[in-house]
Amino acid sequence: MSEKIIGSMPDARGHFGPYGGMFVSETLMEALDELRQAYEQYQNDATFKAELDADLQHFVGRPSPLYHAERWSQTLGGAQIFLKREDLNHTGAHKVNNTIGQALLAKRLGKTRIIAETGAGQHGVASATVAARLGLECVVYMGEEDIQRQAINVFRMRLLGAEVRSVTSGTKTLKDALNEAMRDWVTNVDNTFYIIGTVAGPHPYPAMVRDFQAIIGREARQQIQAQTGRLPDALVACVGGGSNAIGLFYPFLDDKAVKMYGVEAAGHGLETGQHAAPLCAGKPGVLHGNRTYLMEDEHGLIQGTHSISAGLDYPGVGPEHAWLKDSGRAQYVAVTDTEALQGFHELTRLEGIIPALETSHALAYCRKLAPDMPKDHSIIVNLSGRGDKDIHTVAALEGITV
Amino acid sequence: MSRIMACFDRLKQQHRKALIPFITAGDPQADLTVDLMHALVRAGANIIELGVPFSDPMADGPVIQRASERALDNHVSLTTVLQMVTLFRQQDANTPVVLMGYVNPIEAMGYDTFAKAAQAAGVDGVLTVDLPPEEGAEFNQLLKAQGLDSIFLIAPTTTEPRIQTICQQAGGFIYYVSLKGVTGSQALDVDAVADKLTTVRAHTDLPIGVGFGIRDAASAAAVAQVADAVVVGSTLVSLSETVPPQQLAAALETLLGGMRQAMDMTK
Repeated sequence: MSEKIIGSMPDARGHFGPYGGMFVSETLMEALDELRQAYEQYQNDATFKAELDADLQHFVGRPSPLYHAERWSQTLGGAQIFLKREDLNHTGAHKVNNTIGQALLAKRLGKTRIIAETGAGQHGVASATVAARLGLECVVYMGEEDIQRQAINVFRMRLLGAEVRSVTSGTKTLKDALNEAMRDWVTNVDNTFYIIGTVAGPHPYPAMVRDFQAIIGREARQQIQAQTGRLPDALVACVGGGSNAIGLFYPFLDDKAVKMYGVEAAGHGLETGQHAAPLCAGKPGVLHGNRTYLMEDEHGLIQGTHSISAGLDYPGVGPEHAWLKDSGRAQYVAVTDTEALQGFHELTRLEGIIPALETSHALAYCRKLAPDMPKDHSIIVNLSGRGDKDIHTVAALEGITV
Repeated sequence: MSRIMACFDRLKQQHRKALIPFITAGDPQADLTVDLMHALVRAGANIIELGVPFSDPMADGPVIQRASERALDNHVSLTTVLQMVTLFRQQDANTPVVLMGYVNPIEAMGYDTFAKAAQAAGVDGVLTVDLPPEEGAEFNQLLKAQGLDSIFLIAPTTTEPRIQTICQQAGGFIYYVSLKGVTGSQALDVDAVADKLTTVRAHTDLPIGVGFGIRDAASAAAVAQVADAVVVGSTLVSLSETVPPQQLAAALETLLGGMRQAMDMTK
């Protein structure tokens, strides 16, 4: 591993070591090239950055607080736990950090229509929100199964003026929504900007989405030092595609003493095969434009996934996480649906914060990690989203109709 | 000389254009595919493009997606597809076969293992939709070592420098995608296609096939005026959804035969 990680990845064609790249049909190459050039141009453009910063401050509500969860820390009896409150962002999750950035790019490229894929609906809502604000047409692709279990977010998107298109191909979840969005993009590339919601997809998406989300870690790194006088000992974040995790991790990559834990969805348990944990139980392959860890069978066909949380129900993961795993810089673990629900309830009751089910996976791992750490150590958990959208799912598990 | 090159040479002498039908291996039934391939040859196919089913066919429209799903329901894998080509070769030693699919099943089998197995089965070319020349140089060398051609797509949006890069690695023929979109899209502007082909021909001597948007005898004949080969996919594959399996070979022969006739009449 080279001395400094920050700024060293990816290479010019989007590779993080053996991962990433641009594995797409020729029909998409020109569109990706246009996007890459636009991103390279504007990422160091002072006017663009000023506009982005202003939007993040006044529209999103940044900086988000870093909150010391004292009661929860005390209950677990170990390290002090700090929550990076991305749930307090406008639209209720970290996703908007990225959609604000990509929508500004879309505007500069003169695109009049944006499309997005969504699993839990958070990215769809965040995309519909920025589209409404900029007066852009918005189409969101969502798996039929996810539309059922995330009815509130579907309605939010429609209120915001977006068209939600039900995807009935394949497994009818996030991966198929991504396929469908890609097909739309290929067909309507002249006027359409595709806002990918996570650090996956072909180059430049993994790097671009990471850079838009890295504000999470930059803020957290200053806030923890202001509050505790030192860097944290560990970072914990849930990983589906991995955008909230990379957003928190990235600014700390060169702080070698800071341990990083990405938490995947073990679903019914890794041993059952019904999970969404490619880093913990998959192998490298190529899907959605990049090489990364995947859940696939012996013939290279992508497998269906299971997680209680729609946002983690994805058979791949961002290529930078694949590289961080192999290099040993970050560790990847998995927690089950049941453990995630315990985390969900515990935070709600002890701290008065209802977390998203995705986020609850990070909380569940924190419950395992904190007790064995000294009381003067600290952990930052990325509280990536609020749980209002999951109320129906949790209620249904308890036999209650809300 | 490769089977693909020999095929184009022979057609050139006859002043005819190549007709390249696409079907998805294993659709609608696994045991029907080899019969369908022979039927296509009887109807005038010069090269057969055999789709390898994949769980996430990102570049395909709904018709070929559904064919892919049906084939996967029939448990057809890359290994099965190679077995089908082996069977086809027992009765047809001349018609080139090109596999068209996505990279992950090949990566799962192993690039070298696949190249050798494909050669042994009697495959002539491989079109890996999501493996652009920048990512596929090593694989293309492995294919070349086995005497197999790497077929590449060129799109309306492909810039001239990329056309050059692609032509440097391409073998067999160039597959020009006639319109923006996924497979099975509508409408086709023959004049626009002709313009772009002039640019492509400046960079390669390989024959150029045109596909996407060819739906009937008339559009096949129109494209044959400007291209060296006509690729027909979704229109054929959609027959699987309307014609009972036992009548499918006859239906394919009728549809493709009509295209063949129209192409030869306007040569």
